Order: sequence, then structure tokens, then C-alpha cells
Amino acid sequence: MSHTTAGAAPAARPTRVQLLVTCLVDSLFPDVGFSVVNVLERLGIAVEVPVGQTCCGQPAFNAGSFDDARAMARHLVDVFDRGDVPVVIPSGSCGDMVIHQAPALLADDPAYAERARQLAARTYEFTAFLVDVLGVSDVGAVGHQRIAYHPACHGLRGLGLERQPGVLLDAVAGIERCPLDEEATCCGFGGLFSVKMSDISGSLLSRKIACIERSGADTVVATDVSCLMHIAGGLHRKGSPVRVKHLAEVLAVREPR
Amino acid sequence: MTSSPLNFYTRVDRALRDPALGAAMERATKKLVSGREAGMAAFPEADAVRDHARRIRAHTIGKLGHYLRQFETAVHARGGHVHWAETAEQAVAIVAEIASQHGVRTAVKSKSMVSEEIDLNAALARAGVDVLETDLGEFIVQVDKDHPSHIVAPIIHKNRHDIAKSFRGLGATDDDVIDVPQMTAFARRLLRAGFLKADMGISGGNFGVAETGSLCICTNEGNGRLTTTLPRVHVALMGIERLVPTLSDLDVMLQLLGRSATGQKLTVYTNIISGPRRGAQGATGATGATGAQGAQGAQGAQGAAESDGPEHLHIVLVDNGRSGLLGGELAEILYCIRCGACLNACPVYQQVGGHAYGSVYPGPVGAVLTPGLRGLAGWEELPQASSLCGACREICPVRIDIPRMLLSLRAESTRLRLTPAWATFGLWLLGRLAVRPRAFRGAQRLAARATRLLARDGWIRKLPGHLSAWTRQRDFPAFASETFMQRWERRGR
Repeated sequence: MSHTTAGAAPAARPTRVQLLVTCLVDSLFPDVGFSVVNVLERLGIAVEVPVGQTCCGQPAFNAGSFDDARAMARHLVDVFDRGDVPVVIPSGSCGDMVIHQAPALLADDPAYAERARQLAARTYEFTAFLVDVLGVSDVGAVGHQRIAYHPACHGLRGLGLERQPGVLLDAVAGIERCPLDEEATCCGFGGLFSVKMSDISGSLLSRKIACIERSGADTVVATDVSCLMHIAGGLHRKGSPVRVKHLAEVLAVREPR
Repeated sequence: MTSSPLNFYTRVDRALRDPALGAAMERATKKLVSGREAGMAAFPEADAVRDHARRIRAHTIGKLGHYLRQFETAVHARGGHVHWAETAEQAVAIVAEIASQHGVRTAVKSKSMVSEEIDLNAALARAGVDVLETDLGEFIVQVDKDHPSHIVAPIIHKNRHDIAKSFRGLGATDDDVIDVPQMTAFARRLLRAGFLKADMGISGGNFGVAETGSLCICTNEGNGRLTTTLPRVHVALMGIERLVPTLSDLDVMLQLLGRSATGQKLTVYTNIISGPRRGAQGATGATGATGAQGAQGAQGAQGAAESDGPEHLHIVLVDNGRSGLLGGELAEILYCIRCGACLNACPVYQQVGGHAYGSVYPGPVGAVLTPGLRGLAGWEELPQASSLCGACREICPVRIDIPRMLLSLRAESTRLRLTPAWATFGLWLLGRLAVRPRAFRGAQRLAARATRLLARDGWIRKLPGHLSAWTRQRDFPAFASETFMQRWERRGR
């Protein structure tokens, strides 16, 4: 079990990446995907988007439907089959799936085990790619919000993203960081948990929202749209004026509005 | 092992609707977690010690049969007796038989989770033995006919007003319940009388040391020391997995146990007990030394008679399902040293408290251990009651990968058809679609259309069918009018 971002940084600075946009960004939050593309292209990285990509299989994996998850992981390996190009994912939880869980699921599959390991080794969560691979902290972004950062669980504890999102946020001109109480506590999303155990999930969400409101922030930022969808749904139900943004959306803005 | 006839969802509902419980849980778990953080921050070698401790636990569980035999031999050599209980029924029968052999009428007990697991007090009551709980929290649980809701802090779910009320039922005056010190003094007077008349002391065992046959018992109130030294018979109950090979291995565990549980460098009373009273009538073995001298005592000479300690020491090693986990996917849960840190750190436990789990072992460790020991049927909700946030794995002193085992149990639930059919079907369907990109895109378009029909201003207030559970708690956003992939294609790539 590894708690670090998998894969050593490539020797040369990459010039191309493949984007695994994630099914939630694809279906619900396409602007987040374009923000990722925008930031990467500004940094001189060409972005490819393999067309066959669907869902990484995490929902099935987290529910213990391992056969379904395995089928989806094989598909993922087939779609992202260009052996030399880094894969970037704007999600800690999908990143954890590709980097840690998919290789474990396929470890006994002779046709896929090695390819899954290779894919994992060249896959990076978006902020880890910027900070650890490209060595960037300031992407020239400008903002105006009071931002509370919520470190999503799988990014924080699965991939060890303790530092990278904060490094990038700190370099955004014009924003104010609002410390969040209990920031590392789960928002209660947890995939199907939010439906199967809706009341428990909702009580976690209420506690998270109370912390957000106490922080004085007008915007909650995270690196996972799944948590943000959950938090936004709770904020909207409450009629709260607080908005949610994926970190890529903050980084994509270059002119103050 | 269940402490409640209610079903899981009813227990959860009851907990979530109890603001006093919520306040007590938030206050107590925050205090425990911050205490642990401070304790670990002042312990720079923590990471290395945790790695070392994990290796010790893994090694011991891997060779458990060997160490159990070594432990038994060493206990015998020091004049103690070892009893093997395969089931809870056997365990309580063994203790009742020991009580009967020694003509025991009253017993005092220091904290033991295994005794809760096997429901010992009820069985001893049937055998005509009065048992007095002497851990303050467990005493209050006993007075209230309640159940512990935390493996280290049994009354974490109560506040001092609840306790004052319980004590008034025992005859406490206004002066006795003014504040915590007065209440503690009141309990102490009652308990002291119990200690002095008890024929038998019952304890748990935090660790058993295989090389010396020693028991290690950690408490913060001193009741463990009185329980194990004052009465003429001492019975210790331990799960078979509680062993460490050597005293130096014990040292590694003790560096972590107190720090992980409360932030203490060491629990206030850390007893190492090696055999019954030396030179006592009917006992042939070695020392009953305590505290810092215990380690030396355990290795020391057998000879001079001692003036205190029990005449008889009986150690009951309880299996009750544990050996069934050895070599399997859940074996790692046997590494647990029962510090309770995973409970304190778990956002779900913090919200619902221990009783919602319905088991003696609540929280993340219980969500694996309970179905592991008892089987999934009847406990199938526990592994689902987690967002898999990983806080338990992060805080565990021996780095037990609880989320991995929750996933194993979820997979087992799916195989046994203990998960809701709609969820299993939905994931199967997602799996079929996800490997067929064209079908996936079609399904996306359908879902987009459906959500946009249901939404007003981009948000859905009520989803249909099983998904309505989502909108019971929060709104759901409509799908985008165009997916990322559609827009990307238009961009002309």
C-alpha cells in the first residue's frame, strides 16, 4: 500500500499529455475539463483526449463489485495505451483508482497486469502533475474570491496530495485563503455511500457545510468534482451563497473579473 | 455480540436525532484526536515505531499457534493456569467453573472488551456471582444497564449531567454530584468497598508476552491494579490474538498504545503481571510484580515469597471466531491493539456514536471485526457505513488497512446477495456501458435529458426511485447540455 503519488517524474519535461477527463467532469462539469486543458496548454503542454474513455470503474470498485470494476479497468488500459505519454486526471479519487486500485485488480491478469502497472506509473493527478512533474507553482492565475480549500480524501490520503494544491492556490493573485476547520474530514460523499447511507452522509455534509460557513469563504475549492457536487448540492439546498470551484477553474482565470 | 434488537437504520436514525449525543461525541472525539496529535507530534520517531509495531503484529499473527503454545508453557512455569475457549459459551462456562471451584460469591472486574463480547456478567449472574465493574466508565454503564459505546472510553456518549443522574439513583447527594471530582470520589467510595470484599478479580489483557507468560494490563484509574492484586483469584480474559513475542516487543506496543488512544506517553497504570503471588499457598510460580519493576520481575529469580497478589491466576484465551480469520483477507484486523484511535478519527463514528453499530466493537475496526467474527449476515450494513475516507488507516498505530477490508466485505456482500439488488444491477449496467463507448455516450445523453427535465434552474430537488435518497439530503445538479467530449470534438480535434 502506497501513500505517495505513483511514478517517478519523467526525465525530460513532457510536452504532451493524455487527459482522462473523468465521467463526472465529462457529463456534469465540462467547464472543469476545459479549465484543465487551458492551464496545461498555457504551460506549453499539448493535450490529447482519447475518445474511447468512459468511467474508470471506481463506483463499482468501491461497492465491492470487483468483476465489473475489473472490466472497466481493462477498458481503461486499452484506451490509454500510448506507452510514453503522461496521463493527467483532474481527480484524486479517479487518480487513486488508476494509480493504485486498477493495477491491484488486474495483478493476476496476464494480458493486462503489466500494462496496468505501466499506466499507473505514468498517471498523475492534475495538481501533482503541475507541481511535481512540471515544477510549476505559479500558473499566472488571478482571482478575487475568499477561498476555503477542502482536501478531498482520496487525493489527500490515497495519493498524498498534502502540499500540491496549496502551493498552486497560494500563488493565485488576488484571492484570500480562509482556513477551514476540520478540513481533512470527509464531506460524506463516498460514492454510493451517499445514497445507500444517505442520512449518515447528509450529517457529515451538514458538519462540513457548517465549517465552510464559519470559515467566511465565498468559494469552496477542491480537486475532485465528486465532493464538490456533494457540497454544492448541500449548499444549494440550504440556499447558501457559497459557490464551489474545481481548483483547475481557479487556475484557469488570468484576468480579474 | 449484539447490544441492540433494533435494526441498523433505526439505530442510526435514533443517534442522528439525538443532539445531546451529537454534542458529547463531537466534544469527546475532538479531544481524543487532538490529544493523540499532540502526543504523536512530541514523538519524532513515531513513524519508525509504527512500522516496527506493524511488523511485530504481522509476525505474531503469522505464527500465532507457535506463540500461543510458548505463552501457555511460560504461564504454567510461573504457576498460572491457561484455559482455551473456542466459543463465547465455553469462555463464560470456564470462568463460571473457576468461580465455583474457588467458592467465589463476588467479583470485581477491570475493563475487558472480551468480557463484553462474551457477555460474561450476565452468565456469572446466572451462576450466582455478583460482578462489580470497577472501571469508572464501565461502572456507570453497569449502573445504567447500558452498553459501552467505545472500546477505550465506554461512556463517550454521556455527559456529566447524565452521570450525576445515574449516581443519584445510587444515593448520591447534591454535594456528591457538584462536579466531576465529587462524582469520582463518590464512585471511589462505592468501588473501594467492592474491592475489599471481592473473592475474585476479573481483568482483560492488553497484551500477553509469549516468552515470559506475562500479562500486560493498561489502565488510567488504578482499578486494574486492585482487581489483579487484592482478591485471592485473578481471572484474565484475552483474545487469542493479543500476544507479542517478547518484552521488548511489548515496549514497542506500549509506546504507541497510550499515545494513540489519548496522547499519553504511557497509560497511568501499566502493569506487567507474571504469574500469581510467589510463595502463595497452592501456587508454585513466580512474581506478581507491577509497574516498572514488572519487566525485571518477569525475568527475575523465582524464590522469595511475596506479600501481595492473588493466590491463583487463570488466563482464559478466547477464540470466538478469531482463528477463522487467520490466513484470510481479514487477518490484518487481528493486528489491532485496541487503542480506539480509528473510532475517534472516523467521521461516521463521530456522527452516529458506538451504539449505532450494534456491536461491542464499533467504528471502523468493528465494521471489519464484527462481520469477520460473526459472519456478514445480520451485520451487512457495517462495511457499507463508510465513505472510505481513509482516516482510520491514516491514524492506526499499526497501519491496518481497514478500507481494503471493508471493500473485501462489500465484495463478499455482493456475492452473498446481501447488497440491494438495484445497486448491484446499476453497477453491472455501468460496467457493461463503460466498455462500450458508443452505448456509454447514448446513456449519457439519456441521463442528461432526464436530469434536465427534472431540474429547475439547473438543480433537481427530488430524484426518482432509489436515487431519491440523494435528494433527501441535498440537491442534485442537472447534467451539462453538452458533454466535455462533445465540446472537445467540436473544437476540431
